[in-house]
Amino acid sequence: MTHAGIPELPAALWRNPEPKRSYDVVIVGAGGHGLATAHYLAKNHGITNVAVLERGWLAGGNMARNTTIIRSNYLWDESAAIYEHALRLWEGLEDDLGMPILFDQRGVLNLAHSLQDVREGVRRVEANVLNGVDAQWLTPDEVREVCPIVNTSPDLRYPVLGATYQPRAGIAKHDYVAWGFARRADAAGVDLIQDCEVTGFTTDGDRVTGVSTSRGDIAAGKVALCAAGHTSVLADQLGLRLPLQSHPLQALVSELLEPVHPTVVMSNAVHVYVSQAHKGELVMGAGVDSYNGYGQRGAFHIIERQMAAAVELFPVFARAHLLRTWGGIVDVSPDASPIVGLTPYAGLYLNCGWGTGGFKATPGVGWCMAHTIAHDEPHPHNAPFTLERFTTGALIDEHGAAAVAH
Amino acid sequence: MQLIECPWCGPREEVEFHYGGQAHVAYPADPATLTDEEWARYLFFRDNPKGTFAERWQHAAGCRRWFNAVRDTATYRFQAVYRPDEPRPEI
Ligand SMILES: Cc1cc2nc3c(=O)[nH]c(=O)nc-3n(C[C@H](O)[C@H](O)[C@H](O)COP(=O)(O)OP(=O)(O)OC[C@H]3O[C@@H](n4cnc5c(N)ncnc54)[C@H](O)[C@@H]3O)c2cc1C
Ligand SMILES: [Zn+2]
Repeated sequence: MTHAGIPELPAALWRNPEPKRSYDVVIVGAGGHGLATAHYLAKNHGITNVAVLERGWLAGGNMARNTTIIRSNYLWDESAAIYEHALRLWEGLEDDLGMPILFDQRGVLNLAHSLQDVREGVRRVEANVLNGVDAQWLTPDEVREVCPIVNTSPDLRYPVLGATYQPRAGIAKHDYVAWGFARRADAAGVDLIQDCEVTGFTTDGDRVTGVSTSRGDIAAGKVALCAAGHTSVLADQLGLRLPLQSHPLQALVSELLEPVHPTVVMSNAVHVYVSQAHKGELVMGAGVDSYNGYGQRGAFHIIERQMAAAVELFPVFARAHLLRTWGGIVDVSPDASPIVGLTPYAGLYLNCGWGTGGFKATPGVGWCMAHTIAHDEPHPHNAPFTLERFTTGALIDEHGAAAVAH
Repeated sequence: MQLIECPWCGPREEVEFHYGGQAHVAYPADPATLTDEEWARYLFFRDNPKGTFAERWQHAAGCRRWFNAVRDTATYRFQAVYRPDEPRPEI
């Protein structure tokens, strides 16, 4: 243990190889999803002639920018299944990766501020329980027991009328998670290649046969897109149109404080969510900026609204200093659920549309993507999350449980 | 926060505006003949370019009128604003 309980890591985590001219599988994007996919391709399917190509630095996209909230209290059966699969993997991930990831199951509260919020929350708790997901409905007094610094006074403009509570939910140290997956994949023989931007694809009829990159063409038996907010930019190169819109999403941290905040609190109605990082910063997120954007920064008025909500809900934060803010680019789908699976192109696999909430899915989606790639067929957990659902109408509407306005 | 030019009111602060997504998406001319695939395209699929994008905005806290803008989604810079009955300007 070194600084405030943050464990030290090995000095070298992965090799930095030159790209080979051909791989069995090329994964585009070394965020958590791409790295987890590589890990489970090796571990579950013995597929190791794999490259993960990253245009920037490893896990420097949304993986480095997110607020690390992990939970599985989604409404629909399809979502509960894939997020709960992920949560179970999180519970054993330190052992699997052989590295600390500071996964801390401190519980998540989703606050209700109106009668409609209460009804929606109670409905979600019932649905969660039927799906084997731990969930409880808490009264305002019970909310105060779990998190004493939440202002439960009835005099608030948006009073706290109750909350859903998932005790097994929590946070993890995002960088360590990415590096843990990277280290394991690297040890299994996967090439992690940074500073290598994919600019297009090579095709043979309706089969994708490789990628063009800033470091030359690379042939691939199979290509998996794990590029988060930039997925539609890539798919455009194939004339493949996706039902995605990319938005800036911001977060910020305060200075370091003594431990004051024991859990994670989210509020969909007043657009703020807060946890306290292991070192002591308050980590806060907001809703997405309304407009499309790729600039990795957001508008100041979003921060202003977020701070107003935070200070009303947590009067104790009123004098905390804001240390820094940043933005990521998230790809939002029309039903606020991801798109994971096959495409009209043979050998091309999609993993996108996770919007504001894909960190929590990292091990689960990596597991399912690896299965999809290895068997050329979706895993039962990602089978419902097809591109076709926008035509068939089998949408998985999770706007209510996504817990961030978008 | 940036100033956005309403074609009727002039430059106003961003908080006065509401975003409406891609511009020039026409309602289907003959809706009864559309296939499921064509309905899906109309309802759910929009362009998502990194760069120049023609989109709709409403001056919600001002004159409440809709207008179109050409904006760069990488820099967020507005390149043109124009009224709904005007054609998309060449940039
Ligand atoms: C501010 C913020 C807060 C969030 N909070 C949470 C949260 O609390 N809980 C939660 O579950 N989720 C949260 N999310 C969402 C979560 O971060 C994402 O859903 C998730 O990280 C997406 O998967 P990924 O890790 O693979 O994406 P990323 O880490 O973004 O990985 C994609 C990678 O692809 C690379 N790439 C893109 N284009 C190319 C190309 N052409 N060639 C090569 N590489 C390319 C990018 O550089 C990037 O590294 C948050 C996101 C943001 C921005
Ligand atoms: Zn106006």
